[in-house]
Amino acid sequence: MTDEALQSDEALSTPATHATLVDEKIVLAYFIAALTFISISMLGGFLMAAQLLRHNPLNGIEIFSPGRWRMLHTNAIAYGFLANGFLGLLHWVIPRLTLRPVLDRRLSWLIFAAWQIVVLATAVGILLGQAQGLEWGETPTWIDPLAQLGLLLVAINFMTPIIQVKGPMYVTLWYFLAAFVWTFLTYAMGNFVPEYFVSGTAAGAVGGLFIHDLVGLFVTPLGWGLMYYFVPILLKKPIWSHGLSLVGFWGLAFFYPLNGIHHFLYTPIPMFLQYGAIISTIAVELVVTTVVINFFGTIWGRGREVVTNLPIRYFYTGMVFYFLTCLQCAMQTTLTFQALIHFTDWVVGHAHLVMFGVFSMWIFGMMTYLIPLILKRDWYSRKLCEYHYWLSAVGLAVMAADLILGGLFQGWSWSSLQPWDHSVDVSFPFWMIRIWAGLSMFGGLVVFLYNFYMTWRSEPEPAFEVVAVPA
Amino acid sequence: MFESKSGILLVAGLAFFGFAFLSNAAVPYLMYRNIPEQTAEELVNGNVRFQFEDLSRRYPESFVKAYGEPPADPETGADWWNQKVADSLREGRDIYVGEGCWHCHSQFVRPVSNEETRWGPVSASWEYQNELQRPVLFGTRRIGPDLSREGGRRSNDWHAVHLFKPSMTSTTSPMPEYPWLFDGDPSQPNRRGLALITYVQWLGSWLESYPDYENYEPAPFEKPAESVETRDE
Repeated sequence: MTDEALQSDEALSTPATHATLVDEKIVLAYFIAALTFISISMLGGFLMAAQLLRHNPLNGIEIFSPGRWRMLHTNAIAYGFLANGFLGLLHWVIPRLTLRPVLDRRLSWLIFAAWQIVVLATAVGILLGQAQGLEWGETPTWIDPLAQLGLLLVAINFMTPIIQVKGPMYVTLWYFLAAFVWTFLTYAMGNFVPEYFVSGTAAGAVGGLFIHDLVGLFVTPLGWGLMYYFVPILLKKPIWSHGLSLVGFWGLAFFYPLNGIHHFLYTPIPMFLQYGAIISTIAVELVVTTVVINFFGTIWGRGREVVTNLPIRYFYTGMVFYFLTCLQCAMQTTLTFQALIHFTDWVVGHAHLVMFGVFSMWIFGMMTYLIPLILKRDWYSRKLCEYHYWLSAVGLAVMAADLILGGLFQGWSWSSLQPWDHSVDVSFPFWMIRIWAGLSMFGGLVVFLYNFYMTWRSEPEPAFEVVAVPA
Repeated sequence: MFESKSGILLVAGLAFFGFAFLSNAAVPYLMYRNIPEQTAEELVNGNVRFQFEDLSRRYPESFVKAYGEPPADPETGADWWNQKVADSLREGRDIYVGEGCWHCHSQFVRPVSNEETRWGPVSASWEYQNELQRPVLFGTRRIGPDLSREGGRRSNDWHAVHLFKPSMTSTTSPMPEYPWLFDGDPSQPNRRGLALITYVQWLGSWLESYPDYENYEPAPFEKPAESVETRDE
């Protein structure tokens, strides 16, 4: 099935074809937007972390309220960084995989502009205190219809070339096709149903489904679809097992959306629905294992690539984190764990593990691979690329371990009926370590931005070969 | 089917999504459809009304500035008071959402982890069946305590000072300061401040165990049939 992936590589060997297929400028524009928003988001995270340590330099200023910036932090990651990063990558991958350009390049730029307006308006709306009370859907209600329209246009623009493909499709395209449908439906469900149609406990169930589907049906399928594309290309060998990739896709499609209610265990939502969500969450872990096995089967015998090939290292680091995060999920979804860790920093650690450790790492890896190809020159400094990797990976590992452990102490403090202050005091060392881990991740990003800027300013190398991958 | 476009679009894309929506969203909705959704006006009760009138006595200048002069005769002015309370609940809830209070304070007492002993009765479905829970504010993280049984627990003055500068009432609190809910000092809450205090004082005010929730012991005689807490879920 990787034939088509290879075909698209052939497309590149005739530059004219690649040029007619891929609009490299828009890929780059999306990358720049994505990097801008992750910078803003990380500053927001830093502000909240500093507030928890009671050292917020901007305390008492309405527009810098940590409560508002906390929402900006998560929304900028979801819609500003991940969505922009993915859209840029889709503009590279889909035309090359289908050998057809997107529906209309002008539409692509219109979507680009519209999406930046959506994200910026969301940021401004949240900072002005107009957030909607839906986690990860705090987008003020007046922006929701525009975002919905944007998602529809995205789906039309990208699905046109995919639909035109004759014969069986490569696994990447299954994920993308499904993701376009799911993202549109998920956004509509989460932002409109609990706001206008149902209230109370049932709205909680919809909200849980929304948070979960946003991760599972928007971020995850796009992320894995991109992995199924880039890993075989970088390793120059096909995916290990076609059968397992089928299991992975259909297992995700069936079990993932059934998990929604596990975000609100022990709530008044009926218990049999909570049990259903718990069991399907554990099923997802089994599905995830097949996908991870498939990718490790692919790299089997070529393990040294992880040392020498930086994008591959990013990808496989993300996969290890993905396996860990899903293993953690299968445990924390049980009622035994929930009694202790719900509402604690354990969950915050889990969220960072999956959003940064997996998907952000993947996007960084793909950017590390594509930016030299687009700019037709090697990285200004491969050493700085290494710094970016290590500062991000180590920072994230420390942050996730720290918050997960801290969450346990918070849970114990609460259940032992200590005065509330005790749970804050006990969190302090963990919050202290967290801010340093966060600074490490932010430092990695700054290094990457500097490296990007210096690469941009350097002279293009006309003979720059696609094969040359930053090591 | 497993690799075809129609299979992916119709089965994975639509059918599986629809099945999940049915089981994870439609079923709870159908189960609770018989609990009527209350409007803010219906949510006004004696407890929150008392706190609201208390605000008018403690901060008369701020109160008049925000809501106008209260009617002289409290008997005939009941409608005016109730309407102002309902308005404040709506406005206070919007501020609670917009400031992100719900990211650090839950509104949901769980039946585990000794939460009943700490905060009072475990949350029940009917408590959330009202327009102020659109979307529901269960919460996601507890850096500060749960607030669903906060109403009446502390005085309006305490809340004003606490919102203005949390460290004045809780020395180790990592909560941010909210001076923009006041005109300069804690004795002068502005309209937003008054609304948020009203909203917080309302949380839990519907319970029989108000305001000493966790220590409440039911009276030794039988409860009246219409008692709020015995309502069916």
